Amino acid sequence: MSRPELGTTRLARRAGSPQQRGPASVGHEGAKTTPYGRPVLKEPVWTWEIPCYFYTGGLAGASAILAHLAEGQGNPQLARRGWAAALAGAGASPAFLIADLGKPARFFNMLRVLKVTSPMSVGTWILSASGVSIALAAVRAWTGLFPRAGRAGSAVAAALGGPLGTYTAALVADTAIPVWHEARHELPFVFAGSAAASAGALATAWTPAKHAGPARWATVGGAVVEVAATQLMEHRLGSVGEPYHEGPAGRLGMAAKAMTTAGAAAIALRGRRSRAAALAGAALVTAGSLCERWSVFKAGFQSAARPDDTVVPQRERIERGDTRGAVRRTSPNGRVDTDKASPAIVAHRD
Amino acid sequence: MGYSLPTTAWPSSYGEHARARKGFFTDTSVCIGCKACEVACKEWNDVPARNGAQPAYFTGESYDNTIDLGADTWRHVAFVEQRKALDVDDGMGMSLAEAAALEGMARSEGLATYQDGEGMRWLMASDVCKHCTHAACLEVCPTGSLFRTEFGTVVVQEDICNGCGYCVPACPFGVLDQRQDDGRVWKCTLCYDRLKDDKEPACAQACPTNSIQYGDLDELRERADERLQQLTDAGLEQARLYGADDQDGVGGFGAFFLLLDEPEAYHLPPDPVDTTRDLGGIYRATAAAAVALVAGLTAAVLGGRR
Repeated sequence: MSRPELGTTRLARRAGSPQQRGPASVGHEGAKTTPYGRPVLKEPVWTWEIPCYFYTGGLAGASAILAHLAEGQGNPQLARRGWAAALAGAGASPAFLIADLGKPARFFNMLRVLKVTSPMSVGTWILSASGVSIALAAVRAWTGLFPRAGRAGSAVAAALGGPLGTYTAALVADTAIPVWHEARHELPFVFAGSAAASAGALATAWTPAKHAGPARWATVGGAVVEVAATQLMEHRLGSVGEPYHEGPAGRLGMAAKAMTTAGAAAIALRGRRSRAAALAGAALVTAGSLCERWSVFKAGFQSAARPDDTVVPQRERIERGDTRGAVRRTSPNGRVDTDKASPAIVAHRD
Repeated sequence: MGYSLPTTAWPSSYGEHARARKGFFTDTSVCIGCKACEVACKEWNDVPARNGAQPAYFTGESYDNTIDLGADTWRHVAFVEQRKALDVDDGMGMSLAEAAALEGMARSEGLATYQDGEGMRWLMASDVCKHCTHAACLEVCPTGSLFRTEFGTVVVQEDICNGCGYCVPACPFGVLDQRQDDGRVWKCTLCYDRLKDDKEPACAQACPTNSIQYGDLDELRERADERLQQLTDAGLEQARLYGADDQDGVGGFGAFFLLLDEPEAYHLPPDPVDTTRDLGGIYRATAAAAVALVAGLTAAVLGGRR
C-alpha cells in the first residue's frame, strides 16, 4: 500500500520540511496541545521574493539617508553612489513584491486605498513615494538635471528612508505568528541595524576608501545593532523563539551572525587601508544581512507550524489571570465557573 | 431587533442599509460528524476539490481527512478521537468511571453525543470562519478586498483580492488560505448571496441535527446560554461556550461554538487575539527604530569624516 507522494504539495509545506515527520501526518511532531499535533495557524504563503525585498527595501531606505547626509557634508563621491544604491534597491523592491502576488496584474489594487491598520498598505505608499523621490535625487546627483526637484527628492527620500527601512518589521509583527508578533518591540531594531549595515556595506565596496569613512562607520554600527538586537530578540522570546535555534531559521541565523560579525570586523580593522579587506568585509556583511532577513522569514513559517507555540502562551495568559480567554463555562445566571485548563488535554494524548 | 454587538464598520457605515448582525451558533454536542455541511458548502459556493487535481489523501487520524479550513474548505468537520486510560483524571476532579456514570446520566436524559465505551470518545465539531468582531484579516488587507458586510460578516471580494497573502498569517485561527492555481484568498462568506435573499446559509440548512444554527447573533447568544445551562444542569460539565462574549481578544465571534473540551482539543486557540490590537505599540517601536536609523547614520557621517 503506497502513501500519496507529498513532497511537492501544499500539505507537506504545512509543517516545515517533509523529512521532519512521517508521511501520513500533517502535524508537528512532539506537539502536546492539539490532537494529532496539527497547527492552529496557517503558514504564510509568501515565497523567496519577500526576504529579498526585506533586504532591498532596507538597502534603499538606509542608502537614501546616507546619500542625503553625504550630500550635506560635501561628499559627492559617496552621495552619488548612495543614490545609485538607493535607486537599485527601490527599483528591485516593487519587482519582488509584485512577483510574489497571487495576481500580479492586480498590483494596482494596493493603491486604491490607504489603510493605517495595514502596515502593508502604509508600506506600499511609503515605497511608492520613496521610489519617485529617490529617482529624482539620483538623476540630479549623477546628471545635474532637475536640480530643484532633485533637492526636494533628496530631502523627501531621506525622510522616508527610516520608515522604508523598518516598516517591514511592523508588517510581519502585525500577524498572529508567535515568533513575529512577540518580537514586535525588537524586530524593527533588527531590521534598522540590518538596513544600515546593508547600505554601508554596498557603499564601502564601491566608494574610494578616502571618501568611504561614513559608509564604513554605518556598516560597523549597523552590524553591531543588527547582531545585538537579534540576540536580545531571541532572549526575550524565550521558548517561543525556539525556531531561531533549529531548522533553516537556526542555520541561517547562525550564518548571519558569523558573517556579519566577521565582515564588520574586517572593515573596522582593515577597511581603510586594504581594498581587499573592504571588499571582503562588504560582501560578508551583505550576505549576513540577507541571511538575517531570511532567518526571520523562515522562523515565521516554523513558528506557525508549531501548535504548542500558539497554544501554550495563550494558556499561560489565562492561567496567570491576564485574560479570561474565549471560553465561558457558565450561563450568565449559572453556577459552574472555572477557566482553568483541563490537564486532560495533555493526558488524553497518552 | 437590531444593531447590537457592533463592529468598527457595522452598522455605522451602512446607515439605513444595515441589517441585523448574522452569525452561526455551532453546538458541537449534537454534531454527528455527517459532513453534510462540508458538502452543502462546496456545492452551493462552487468550491473546488482540495488541492485541485491532487489524489485523495488519507490522514489516518480518525475520520478526519479534510484536515483544516482553507481556501477550498470553508466548513471543516473535526473528528477527534480521545483515548483515556480508566484511571486517568479527566481534569474535572473525576475518575473516568465517575465521568462515565455522569455521561450515562446524560444519556438517560437524551443528551448522549458520543461513544465512551472502552475509554474512548469522539469529539466532532464543524469549524468555520469566526467572522470576528475585530477581524485581523480585514484590518491588514491592503486592498480593501476584505470588507464588513451589511450583516456584520467578513467577506473577501474576489474581484479585488490581488493575492498578497497578508490575511493568511494574520488570522489567529488559520482560516484563510491562498488557492494555489488561482492566487487569491478564499474563505467562508456566511453565504452572503443567500443572506441577501433572506435564505439561511447552505451549511445550516443542510445540518440534520441543528448543530449549526443560523440567525441574529444576539438571539443566538441567548439560545446558546440556555443550551449551556441545560447541559450543565444535566451534569455534562465539560460543556462550555467558545467565542460567545465581547470581552475576548477578537471582541467576540460572529460564528461561535459550544464545545465539550478545551478549544485546543479541537485545534482552536484558547485565547485568540486580533493582532492589530497591538498595532499602536508596533508602530511606536518601528518609529523609534526609524529615528534610531537616522540618528545612527548621522553619527556615522559625522564620525566618518576625514
